Amino acid sequence: MSATTTNPAKPRSLNIGRLLLEGRAFFALIAIIAVFSVLSPNYFTLSNLLIMSSQVAIFGILSIGMLLVILNGGIDLSVGSILALSGVVAGAMMQGVEIDAMGVILYPPVWAVVVLTVCVGAAVGAVNGVLVAIFKVPPFVATLGVMYVARGIALLMTNGLTYNNLRGSEALGNTGFNWLGFYRIGGVPISVIVLAVVAIAAGLMLSRSAFGRWLYASGGNERAAELSGVPVKRVKITVYAVSGALAAVAGLVLASQLTSAGPTAGNAYELTAIAAVVIGGAALTGGRGTVRGTMLGAFVIGFLSAGLVIIGVSSYWQTVFTGAVIVLAVLMNSLQYGSGARKT
Amino acid sequence: MSAQVVLAARNVAKSYGQVHALKGVNFDIHRGQVTTLFGENGAGKSTLMKILSGVIQPTSGQIVLDGQPVAFGNANDARDRGISIIHQELSLAPNLSVRDNIFMGREIMGPLGVDYAEEERQTRALMEELEEQIDPATPVEDLRLGQQQIVEIARALSVDSRILIMDEPTSALSASEVEVLFKVIRDLTARGVSIVYISHHLEEALTITDHAVVLRDGVMTAYAPRAEIDLEWIVRNMVGENYDLGSPPDSAKGDVALSIRDLSVPDATGQDLVRGLNLDVRAGEIVCIYGLMGAGRTELLETVAGRLRATGGQIVLEGHEISHLSIGQRIARGLALVPEDRQRDGLVQTMSVGQNLSLASIARFTRGLFTSTRAERDLVDDSIRRVTVKTSGGGAPIGSLSGGNQQKVVIGKMLATNPRAILLDEPSRGIDIGAKAEVFRLLAEGAKNGLAVVYSTSEVSECLSIAHRIIVMHKGRITAEFDSTVSKDRIMAASGESQAA
Ligand SMILES: Nc1ncnc2c1ncn2[C@@H]1O[C@H](COP(=O)(O)OP(=O)(O)OP(=O)(O)O)[C@@H](O)[C@H]1O
Ligand SMILES: [Mg+2]
Repeated sequence: MSATTTNPAKPRSLNIGRLLLEGRAFFALIAIIAVFSVLSPNYFTLSNLLIMSSQVAIFGILSIGMLLVILNGGIDLSVGSILALSGVVAGAMMQGVEIDAMGVILYPPVWAVVVLTVCVGAAVGAVNGVLVAIFKVPPFVATLGVMYVARGIALLMTNGLTYNNLRGSEALGNTGFNWLGFYRIGGVPISVIVLAVVAIAAGLMLSRSAFGRWLYASGGNERAAELSGVPVKRVKITVYAVSGALAAVAGLVLASQLTSAGPTAGNAYELTAIAAVVIGGAALTGGRGTVRGTMLGAFVIGFLSAGLVIIGVSSYWQTVFTGAVIVLAVLMNSLQYGSGARKT
Repeated sequence: MSAQVVLAARNVAKSYGQVHALKGVNFDIHRGQVTTLFGENGAGKSTLMKILSGVIQPTSGQIVLDGQPVAFGNANDARDRGISIIHQELSLAPNLSVRDNIFMGREIMGPLGVDYAEEERQTRALMEELEEQIDPATPVEDLRLGQQQIVEIARALSVDSRILIMDEPTSALSASEVEVLFKVIRDLTARGVSIVYISHHLEEALTITDHAVVLRDGVMTAYAPRAEIDLEWIVRNMVGENYDLGSPPDSAKGDVALSIRDLSVPDATGQDLVRGLNLDVRAGEIVCIYGLMGAGRTELLETVAGRLRATGGQIVLEGHEISHLSIGQRIARGLALVPEDRQRDGLVQTMSVGQNLSLASIARFTRGLFTSTRAERDLVDDSIRRVTVKTSGGGAPIGSLSGGNQQKVVIGKMLATNPRAILLDEPSRGIDIGAKAEVFRLLAEGAKNGLAVVYSTSEVSECLSIAHRIIVMHKGRITAEFDSTVSKDRIMAASGESQAA
């Protein structure tokens, strides 16, 4: 009846088996890089890796937000639309905000545009959160609705057109929008740096902060978490708001890369983000998943489709391959979580 | 009275990695008789039963059915050969109706698909046999725990098996429901059905069993037919010493720590489950709430803890009104609840033992923005030692613990918050006598240090152990209040329980 702490040192072989299973996304990524490097000499070059990475950045940022929502046991279908809406909001602000009462047109500086846009994304995300947490709308339905509404608003704002002039002008003091999409620090594109910062922040938050623990707990068993004093509603609203804010960040990066912002941008990006999270080993039922895994998932998808483009495979086949990778990933997930834990 | 052996385990061993749950066990099941398996939490009882019913496969050893060695590939294999099992942890689909749960996977097919009418008829018959008024169309999630357990039992009965294994079937049943179950068991054995029974209610098990087997740390340590044993024999073989649930600690009683004033709690239909209830608990005092299932104990405790909203009344903790606070704020103020249903309300299955233990006290190891790994490990190790969880360490998955050890994790989690007042809803559910005594010792110790303790139970003997004061609840009200010198009979009479035997 004593606390028997039997040999804490676990057998090595077990760890290696686990490593293989848990590191599957990592090994998949290595395999993808190896295969395409053989198939194309242009693939494994620093410049190509950086280009691919800056494309991955957009999905990567989205999928970190998606990971938080999925850890909570939810899903966020609205991120693609929020991405488009944020781009359009930023575009509109770059064109100048007309204030009727005073008859002036305000040109906010770029930093203000960025901050305001992220706030808009967070606000739309918070709407998702409130619908889910307070009004108990199932996440799938709530975010599906918001997905349509956000896209609709983006279309209304521009009448379906695209803002092409995002450069601003020296005279108005609002230049620098393309900095996000084009500039590099030490050769690394800003978008990749943004992704790295977001990923590290999210990773630290999940593994080392109280909020992270709350999130894992409420995703694993909301009732138990609540009775342990976890503010489950606040956690829920926060993750959807963060997901919205990150979608806005992705929208800014994309608009900046394209130097244009259109209401149809980011169509079906939410599905890619979900795929990245799933390939990264997170459980759609909530409570399990890591930022590291999700990042690997995003890079697997990004590097795979870029590789297929480089070796000239048709985009139809790309879709097939991506789908196959997702199904394989889910299979592995059920292998990992199906065994191990005792059935209750 | 050694009847024919129908199913036997021969030298069965089972290991999970480094954990040896069973180490070469021999176990016989006799035709038409009840064999009870006794043992502490983690002794390997459930593991042995899962092997005999094909749910898991042994690492080594043999299963012998009617004298022939057999190997079950899965639970359906075993069911086809007449062996069924009632699992310790409920395995019902909460969203489905009682009827659908009972026939899940074995739907009765008519010419036009599933024959719901026939299923419903059989369900009604089963409920009648079990003397329970449950409508077959009720979703299982709307039933209280005890009724869910009845459904689980009904499902096993509906199969018409030759061998029925019951792993703690009564842990959430009231005394009268247990009586009914025992009647059913006697009917079954009279028809030649063999029963394996597991329970931590030793007295209860002794009234039904024909054979007693004691498991300890994965080894069978004792066997005897009913005629040769008594309670003392079981306890001695299980834990090796005489056991005692303790007596009320002579702690100095301080001021009123928790005061409940005129509290009313409605159910979904607006009927009061708790009606205008008043209760004061002083620091250092232990109060036991006794009552039958449905008396409103769970609702009372959950309202005090903040899960349910009261329609009226006040909850005052150490002089501060707390009924407007969130659960987390109440915990921070020093009020903790150990919920009744550990699977649903107590544990996060996706987290490790350590993370479960530390879940309610995250603030205690958060330094600034981040949690301190070392402070958390200290807290976890400390908790594991304090409530004596049998585990390989804080990193072990929570699902690898036996039922009783999972319960200790839930209690340890709340004790780690350093509460001023602790509420425990049926804390002894599914834990062995050794663990029970330890839980009560922990509570008594807490009381000595000024902790106010309130626990509910459906076992009278548990009220008569460490409680200074015994409150009897019936239909949402306090119907009687006794001090620790009261007799069992008076408590039971006050609860509205019909005096059985
Ligand atoms: N899937 C598993 N992985 C690792 N260890 C396990 C697993 N299942 C059971 N064990 C271990 O095997 C031992 C026996 O567990 P078992 O559930 O059979 O105990 P029990 O006698 O039924 O206890 P209780 O009375 O608490 O239900 C325990 O130490 C438990 O931790
Ligand atoms: Mg068990």
